[in-house]
Amino acid sequence: MLLIHCPHCREDREEEEFSYNGEAHIVRPLDPESLSDEAWGDYLFFRKNPRGVHREMWYHAVGCRRYFYAARNTLSYEILHTYCVGEKPQIDAANEGAGA
Amino acid sequence: MTQIQQINRLAGGARVDSDGVINFTYNGRPMQGVSGDTLASALLANGVDVVGRSFKYGRARGIVGHGAEEPNAIMQIGSGASSVPNLKATQVELYEGLESAPVNGWPSVDFDLMSIAGFFSRLMPPGFYYKTFMYPAKLWMTYEHFIRRAAGLGRSPVGDDPDSYDKLNQHADVLVIGAGPAGLMAAREAARAGARVMIVDEQSEFGGSLLASTQTIENRSASAWVDLMVAELKTFANLQMLPRSTAFGYYDHNFIGILERRSDHLSLSAATGSRQRLHRVRAKRVVLATGAFERPLVFAHNDIPGVMQASSVSTYVNRYGVAPGSRMVLFTCNDSAYQTALDWHGAGRTVVAIVDSRAEPNGAMLAAVEALGMEVMLGCAVIEAQGGKRVKRALVAPINAQGTEVVGSVQRIACDLIACSGGWSPAIHLSSHTGAKPQWDEAIVGFKPGTSTQQECSAGACAGTYRLSECFAEGAQAGAQAAHKSGFGSGVGLFPQPPVEEHDEYPQQALFLVPHTQRSTRAPSQFVDMQLDVTAGSIEIAVREGFESIEHIKRYTALGFGTDQGKLGNINGMAILAKALGQSMAETGTTIFRPAYTPTTFGAIAGRDIGELFDPQRHTAMHRWHLARGAEFEDVGQWKRPWYYPRSRASGGVESLREAVDRECLAVRNSVGILDASTLGKIDIQGPDTAEFITRMYTNSYLKLAPGKCRYGVMLKEDGMIFDDGVCACLGDNHYLMYTTTGGAAGVLAWLELWQQTEWPDMQVYFTSVTDHWSTATISGPNARRVLAKVCDDIDLDRQAFGFMDWRDGTVAGVAARVFRISFTGELSYEINVPAHYGRHLWEALIAAGEAFDITPYGTESMHVLRAEKGFIIVGQDTDGSMTPADMNMDWVVAKNKTFSFIGKRSLQRSDALRDQRKQFVGLKPLNPNDVLPEGAQVVFDPQQPIPMSMQGHVTSSYYSANLGHAFALAVIKGGINRMGQVVHCPLADGRILAAEIVSSVFYDPEGARQHVE
Ligand SMILES: [Zn+2]
Repeated sequence: MLLIHCPHCREDREEEEFSYNGEAHIVRPLDPESLSDEAWGDYLFFRKNPRGVHREMWYHAVGCRRYFYAARNTLSYEILHTYCVGEKPQIDAANEGAGA
Repeated sequence: MTQIQQINRLAGGARVDSDGVINFTYNGRPMQGVSGDTLASALLANGVDVVGRSFKYGRARGIVGHGAEEPNAIMQIGSGASSVPNLKATQVELYEGLESAPVNGWPSVDFDLMSIAGFFSRLMPPGFYYKTFMYPAKLWMTYEHFIRRAAGLGRSPVGDDPDSYDKLNQHADVLVIGAGPAGLMAAREAARAGARVMIVDEQSEFGGSLLASTQTIENRSASAWVDLMVAELKTFANLQMLPRSTAFGYYDHNFIGILERRSDHLSLSAATGSRQRLHRVRAKRVVLATGAFERPLVFAHNDIPGVMQASSVSTYVNRYGVAPGSRMVLFTCNDSAYQTALDWHGAGRTVVAIVDSRAEPNGAMLAAVEALGMEVMLGCAVIEAQGGKRVKRALVAPINAQGTEVVGSVQRIACDLIACSGGWSPAIHLSSHTGAKPQWDEAIVGFKPGTSTQQECSAGACAGTYRLSECFAEGAQAGAQAAHKSGFGSGVGLFPQPPVEEHDEYPQQALFLVPHTQRSTRAPSQFVDMQLDVTAGSIEIAVREGFESIEHIKRYTALGFGTDQGKLGNINGMAILAKALGQSMAETGTTIFRPAYTPTTFGAIAGRDIGELFDPQRHTAMHRWHLARGAEFEDVGQWKRPWYYPRSRASGGVESLREAVDRECLAVRNSVGILDASTLGKIDIQGPDTAEFITRMYTNSYLKLAPGKCRYGVMLKEDGMIFDDGVCACLGDNHYLMYTTTGGAAGVLAWLELWQQTEWPDMQVYFTSVTDHWSTATISGPNARRVLAKVCDDIDLDRQAFGFMDWRDGTVAGVAARVFRISFTGELSYEINVPAHYGRHLWEALIAAGEAFDITPYGTESMHVLRAEKGFIIVGQDTDGSMTPADMNMDWVVAKNKTFSFIGKRSLQRSDALRDQRKQFVGLKPLNPNDVLPEGAQVVFDPQQPIPMSMQGHVTSSYYSANLGHAFALAVIKGGINRMGQVVHCPLADGRILAAEIVSSVFYDPEGARQHVE
């Protein structure tokens, strides 16, 4: 069971307080009607499944009810850092040893 | 029956009290042990040789170990509902009145029909189970009964578990797992540094290997030193000590599951409180000090009772005062086992011979045994044990220096005990749980813990460090460091190193398979995994059959799949595999150990979350009224909703579901009914951007919805599929109330928050769940207005003034209320909302006001029938996450010209959403008016086609309608909207085929006139 730092509450809390919401930073197209079925399908259905650092979205469902972002290593389950929506990550993906 | 004497009991025994006699039974026979015994030591004291029959071949098996590694002595303990199967006798503490019986052995362990099966062993080759499964299933059915009965894997208790269990969440700066020499030192240093420390050990008392050691520490016996150390640890207020506690799993982010056995060691009458406790520990740092297991030696018929682990023999002698035999042959490839010869000699028993596979060992231990005049046979091996229910002799022969071949003549040595040591394997299980990959180390001939990303370190024997002084030093260092890294102390140990008497050891030989005069596949069985009867020969056969990965071999041969998880057998099995493949151990890799380290009771995992406490129940304010009226309830999420209200029949007895629902439905259509609708999800939404926001979330627009008005809406996921539906009311400027389905409330709120927070954070809109703030009574039927008028005089109820899809503030039954004129039945309906605690008052006032109209309470079942008659969908019943509004024939709810592309809109234009022959929502009218089609029944066009039939859709809702006078159903059928009038068929599992006509999904009042009655 993970111990997750909620960047909004600024506390380490048990995983059972959170729910997982998939890959982070998927921006909704501004004009969906202008996209081809293929491009819209990519937005809808295609997600990364990296071996290494993954940017993902979590929801502090029984806490502050805030969505936030986490950089988590999918091999070790280590969470490198978490940050609020609208914040810049402290470190960029290249420095997180992606693929490690 | 006569009492059996403790024929093997010695005078000494460091940790038992020979005056504290304990009575117990084994297989119904009364026996005695002493205080401090385990069931295993007591059985050995009573001269019990055979404690089970082997899984596959039915061979007699005896106790070989003294702890978690024991593969054979698997017992059923206790009787009745608190009986526990599959406990290791080596881990069961003896208590007064304990009842025990072996789980393996049918009909008895001493005379076992299955021993004949040994004769059939060639009929059960490696992969037997896999091969059997691959034949037609019938054959397995034939075998299954035989195998299960023969294997006898314990009996589950019948009846509910009478014991209680609990759970404790704990936090620690430093968690030390294992209270042997390294663990004790680590805990002391960490506690001294000021850290919050927990130390846990699976045994009944702390000390680990020291409890059976004859070494001298600080001029005391090891046993006395342990007592002193434990007393010292008890003085630390910041140190929690948990004996009888097994750390069974090491999970992510230093989360450790620990099972504490609180009363398993007590007789039933003495046990109070919870039986076991699950400690859920989040530790900043973990020190693993879990020790090592002695490795068995694999030789022919090494499973005969009387072949034991050398360290276990020493433990029984030194710790428990039990000598399991009289004439011992010691077989070793290392120095450490020589201690067992000294211990055996010290117990006054005979060491017949020491058989050492090494040609020229040289050291203090060899000198010590030679000084006592013991015979040492160097460069030799016990290649075979002989005997039936007990060892009678050892066959000893010289072997070559590589330990691969017998190179001389075989000598027969009479004995009744063969103590074996193949060296040591670090207990790396918990380290392995962290994902650390074990590393093979040639120097210690074993796997050491790999590096992990968890905040842990290993110290002492589990790290491959076996010298006592080094275990002390490593443990102290690990404890000081762990404390330091969690913010306490300097990281340097504060206590002086305890002086220890010890000597150098001569290097061991790696001996994983003892050669025989015949090769392994021909020799008498050389057992690798005793619990599952895996032999060296069967591993070699598996390799010949083409298996080359240890993970595949494990599954094919079942190596390590028993309740002991191969704690003894795995390393030898891997080494035999490596050799057969011509690989090194490092190349062969290792198997990954997974939780649980030892079997863990489900009761402890469940704790108090059982029965009524399993899941919270949500009750409405009217709940007790429903109870008093004898309502049957339905679970909707955590809510208990009245399902129907059965009444007494005039003819006697109580109405059936069908009778009650028929009556309730007729009452609603003909006069008036009342429904508790408090459970509907309600979200209060405010802020200047609310109208725009909810217009993006629903398929239709709310921009022009005026205060006092409601609108029905459907929400889609971004893939265009229906996700929830409900009415949304405009309460005022920038203030809306959104209704959701009862089950969907939490999901909808999270969905709204997701979009607001992540995609449109600039929109000013705020959400509050108000589901529990309101009680809601819905009155529905042509007399609804008349009932409401009796208890409400400040709302103009005129049908024009208070129109359909309007809501009004007012006073109902003297309580401030919000009244919605919306309808889920198709009849004139008012949903009356009052602050939650007035719910029962409102309800009773409405019942009283409705008396003249025979107002009838109705439950969810009637609500479902009534809405289905109108073709109103229930999201999650008529839809399943793959239905668009168009599929549900609800295109009218989708606003095509909204400026913003609402959630899901683009997906409605995907080619898949537009294709022909999507399943579409229709009604079904069974040709036989009394056929209620089963919900979920598959729909086919041609019932004569061969199986598997081409399925064209399925029934989503189906009822009998008293109002219509026939059964009816809702269904989704491929291209169904263009198939009106066609007859389809539902083939059922019982062979019947029910026919039905495709009709409109609206069965009742299609023009909607009932809504507007006077
Ligand atoms: Zn939070």
